[in-house]
Amino acid sequence: MIRSLPNSSFYRIAYGAYVFLFFSFLVMPLLAISVLAFNDSNFISLPWNGFTLDWFFSATDDRQGLFADEELLASIVTSLSTGFFVAVLSTLVGTFAALLFEEEEFQLKGLLYFLALAPLVIPGVILGISILLTATAAGNHIENTFALDVELFRPSYWLVVLGQFSFAATYVMLLVSARLKKFDRTLEEAALSLKATRLEAIWYVTIPFLRPAIIGAFVVAFILSFSNINTTIFLIGSDPTLPIDLYSRIRFSSTPVLNAVSFLIVLTISGLAIINFFANRSKD
Amino acid sequence: MNSNNKYNFNITFYLLVVPVLIWLIFMIVIPHAELLISSFQVEDDMGDMVFSFANYIEFFSQQIYWLTFVKTATYSIAVTLLAFIVAFPIAFYLTKVTSKKNASFLILLLLIPLWVGELVTVYGWMVLLGDNGVINHFLMTTGIINDPLNMLYTDFSMIIGLLYMSVLFMVIPIMSTLHSLDDSLIEAACDLGASKWVIFTRIIIPYSMPGIISGSIIVFMLVIGDYLAPNLLGGKHSLWFTEQIYNNFLTTFNWNEGAAFGFLLLLLSSGIIWLALKLSGQKLDKVGS
Repeated sequence: MIRSLPNSSFYRIAYGAYVFLFFSFLVMPLLAISVLAFNDSNFISLPWNGFTLDWFFSATDDRQGLFADEELLASIVTSLSTGFFVAVLSTLVGTFAALLFEEEEFQLKGLLYFLALAPLVIPGVILGISILLTATAAGNHIENTFALDVELFRPSYWLVVLGQFSFAATYVMLLVSARLKKFDRTLEEAALSLKATRLEAIWYVTIPFLRPAIIGAFVVAFILSFSNINTTIFLIGSDPTLPIDLYSRIRFSSTPVLNAVSFLIVLTISGLAIINFFANRSKD
Repeated sequence: MNSNNKYNFNITFYLLVVPVLIWLIFMIVIPHAELLISSFQVEDDMGDMVFSFANYIEFFSQQIYWLTFVKTATYSIAVTLLAFIVAFPIAFYLTKVTSKKNASFLILLLLIPLWVGELVTVYGWMVLLGDNGVINHFLMTTGIINDPLNMLYTDFSMIIGLLYMSVLFMVIPIMSTLHSLDDSLIEAACDLGASKWVIFTRIIIPYSMPGIISGSIIVFMLVIGDYLAPNLLGGKHSLWFTEQIYNNFLTTFNWNEGAAFGFLLLLLSSGIIWLALKLSGQKLDKVGS
């Protein structure tokens, strides 16, 4: 049953087969889209007609490859920059929240902590429509009272950033808190007794200890932003993010260029995962 | 502690608490209050917003709405159960059966679909399950079937998609509880002649209960609030409640009715999560960790 106990060979083989099936189930869709990105066909299906890079580089009318598709490239840039701002904002506020809830005592702490965790159990759809309703109400109010049109209060780039930040900060907080729990508080007290101010102690002692978690949380926030669709779809203005652009293409006009983009995403993520894997192993 | 130091403590506290308060009040509390208020408003003949129960009455009087609501709830519970059944042997395998080295590689493989994002994986399933899809192609060229199986745009494909995007969130929490389960407990039970089934139901399952609860809550929440899998894999008849909300906001522009539906979905999901926490005696902050 476990490593140290003997098992019948039937049990071992059946269990191994199940695990193999499960991981095939995980890999299958990623493998299928990746392979079909290189199929020399105008349709996203088999049979295999030979290898081509058209869906990456071609610029003809019937085959517009990824790098010739300006709309697609623009949406990738939008997603990258949105992800960057979301990651910066949520890493800052999430880390503050982690320090606040782990190290400070104050009234209503329990309530605030509950609110900070709420995005874990609020469906992304709800977050999206709530923020849309609020921004619109605020925008209308400002327009009626001051005759000002503030872009932030309409579906727009910065509203997407704020919307994604609202839940990404929770994940940052949890990741940083997990590391902060392992922090030896006497180090901070030592700094304080050596006449450091509280802020100096946090900046020179606590933050360096948290650095790996903060960097990890930054990457997580970026990826959360980059792949989000549930919240984003309500807040999007005139420039779509990559998932929104892909979503409308899947529904209305699929060509294998979708596979080319998906393949690049899978490749990037796998690359990051492998780097992370070996970085962790060399540490052990 | 001199007064100077005390002053510094306050500065730090305010520096930390102000951004966090801004986040929680402006991005969480006010929006959800606004959602609740909007759900009780309708436009009257003059174009003004007035208080009304009409949006909720609409929900209960139109069969299609509450049927969708009930279907979404029951399917979400079913998918959560399915995810548990599928995930448990995997979590056990990764923590207790295979070597550490194999496990860390397989965990990497497990995480890739999560980071790739739901849209890409849902698209992958469309490519696999379609009438001209990869699976039908293989089945037909090998002569197993003559006509393509109708798999895409059915409840089957929708459930596959929901399971695929959520199963990982069941595996990870169960793994983290199983990590701390001492192997010698299982060895002792085995030495005393307990069968596999008894070991499983009397030792392993009870021990991993906190992980199972955390996993179930996260999976349930993800599934009930999902849009892509029902919309792209379930097709026109998928009847998922989030789709009603999307339609209200993005197609018919009846935002107040959409707000009411959104609030009902929030009530449903938090109600079931609350029930799960109460029944298991677990705290919400355990779910996050």
